[in-house]
Amino acid sequence: MSAVSTMSKASPQKQILLAEKLTMRFGGVTALDSLDLHVNEGEVLGLLGPNGSGKTTFFNVITGLYRASAGKVAFRGEDLTDATAQQVYLNAITRTFQRSRLSLPLTVFDNIAIGDNRRLNTGLIFNLFQREKFRKEYEVLVEQVRQLLLTFNPKLADKIFEPVASLPMIDRRRIEICRALISQPDLLLLDEPSAGMTHDETAEVMDDILQVRSKIKPFTIILIEHEMGLIQRMTERCIVLNYGKKIAEGTYDEIVNNREVQVAYLGQE
Amino acid sequence: MKLLISTFVACLVYSILLLGSENQLEVGALVVLAFVVSLVGKKMGLMEKLAVAVREHPQFPAYASVFGVLVIMLFFHNSHFALLMLATVLIYSIVCLGLNIQFGYVGIVNFAGAAFFGIGSYTAAILATHTAVPHLLVLFIAAGISALIGSILIYPVLRTRGHYAALVTIAFGILFRNFLEVNDTLGGPQGLKIPPFTIFGWNLSEGLDIGGFEISFYIPYLLIALFLLIASFRITRNLERSWIGLSMDMVRTDEIAASTFGVNIAHWKVVAFTLGNFIAGMAGALYGMMTAYVAPNNFTFADSLILVSIVILGGIGNPWGIIPAAAIVVILPEKLQFIQEYRFLLYAIVVILILLFRPDGLLPRRIREYFPSNKVGGQR
Repeated sequence: MSAVSTMSKASPQKQILLAEKLTMRFGGVTALDSLDLHVNEGEVLGLLGPNGSGKTTFFNVITGLYRASAGKVAFRGEDLTDATAQQVYLNAITRTFQRSRLSLPLTVFDNIAIGDNRRLNTGLIFNLFQREKFRKEYEVLVEQVRQLLLTFNPKLADKIFEPVASLPMIDRRRIEICRALISQPDLLLLDEPSAGMTHDETAEVMDDILQVRSKIKPFTIILIEHEMGLIQRMTERCIVLNYGKKIAEGTYDEIVNNREVQVAYLGQE
Repeated sequence: MKLLISTFVACLVYSILLLGSENQLEVGALVVLAFVVSLVGKKMGLMEKLAVAVREHPQFPAYASVFGVLVIMLFFHNSHFALLMLATVLIYSIVCLGLNIQFGYVGIVNFAGAAFFGIGSYTAAILATHTAVPHLLVLFIAAGISALIGSILIYPVLRTRGHYAALVTIAFGILFRNFLEVNDTLGGPQGLKIPPFTIFGWNLSEGLDIGGFEISFYIPYLLIALFLLIASFRITRNLERSWIGLSMDMVRTDEIAASTFGVNIAHWKVVAFTLGNFIAGMAGALYGMMTAYVAPNNFTFADSLILVSIVILGGIGNPWGIIPAAAIVVILPEKLQFIQEYRFLLYAIVVILILLFRPDGLLPRRIREYFPSNKVGGQR
């Protein structure tokens, strides 16, 4: 869509997500200001910008938690602008949250299992009266969750039936990511996975995600992140927001040398 | 196993003594005894040992409780008052199982429990007096009507959250009672008489005389109550240990995360609310037929509070907690007649003490195990 140089790859790339003139206003504040943005199939896109620049708002609009004030969102050509959170999820888009949103009293298994809601049979008769059939579905899912946890951290797989409240921050973040991955999404939205973790822990979790990605399928990722090392290592293309507007787009090297980005982050000298 | 059986026998003997005692000192001594035993038990870690034992024999509590009720029933086969209390405990437990689905799983506190109970009773009164519908069917029609009237509340309950949803139910409870008091067709403040329960021409309220044994007419009602309690208990249990229970827990703990993963919040709230009111209405119909009389005064806000306090006292979300909690709440005020007007004060103190020392209720809800057994996850 835009004339900004896309990637230097040879093959023409298919767009998986397209936002046109996307605007989100809260009272007098314009969190997203006619944002034009596209995401290519299979890429890792970095979304950067100072605090309050509209990154998380963008995720919330995409996932149906907020309804856009104006503009359009399309996923694989399908209009998702007014879709509810459930409809977005059914289109195989999942996300993590910046601040952990796990249900602490529930077990690791419970928290991850709900991520597979799309494929669970929640019929009344099935759940209440056909216990043997239910047991089969249950056992298949336990095995899937265990396998996923094993790729992330073998020790975590032993704690599958323990309440999340008893686990440290890094494990909770892993569980949040597993919850987003268990249904094998096409698009994964990661909202600042490094928040509240050390540098090494973040690196570990990111490697796990890439490992799962190479195992299941090359799903697309949009990554909100402040940690530049992570952006450099993970992303193929970056978009920088400021005051809800796109101010730069390109590879990591291109955006760090962009004058406008430097001003946005460091201020006028 | 030894521990389980001895605990069971102790509980059984205690229940019989409490139900049978008419002496004021005896009741007082029994209440004190319960406190001392629970304190000593806590010091000795008895609860933990019991929990381990139950884990090894997960089926034991269910069979033991049913057996216990039957033994008590036979013991008091001709004592109306004891049987009435026992049946009331069972019926209150059924209602609270319904409220537990609403409160414990999706997190809607229903302060109109007594109103839905009352809808069941009134429906039974009208159907049994004016129509020839078989009385067993009346139970289910009454339950259905209770759920149907509950659906009036669904829209405001879905639009509000937490305390505000609770306020909506409080308003409905008060509205319901005032409606009954001014409505002459429904008997006004005097209420209605309900004809006795009849199954296949057999009038349950006539009592029986088998082989010289005089059997109280409460026994058939007790058996029906026991049967309905087992059925609702099983449904609640399966509900909790399924994807439905999981979805409902997600709705209660984090609506935003739940909807991001495709959980339909409104759907599960409607299911839980309707199912809970259905169960409450069913219990109400049975209670009405047993006591043969309904009046608006039985369904006040205070009665709704009692139902909610049973759920909290037992341990929110744990169906096993409800039965002992219902026993305490129903039996204690009745048995403490000797201190006259002060009995409600004492009863309130007991509730406060329990919540002070066991804030999660008598039997706090445990972590969900979809298929509990002594092997899977039992090494902990």
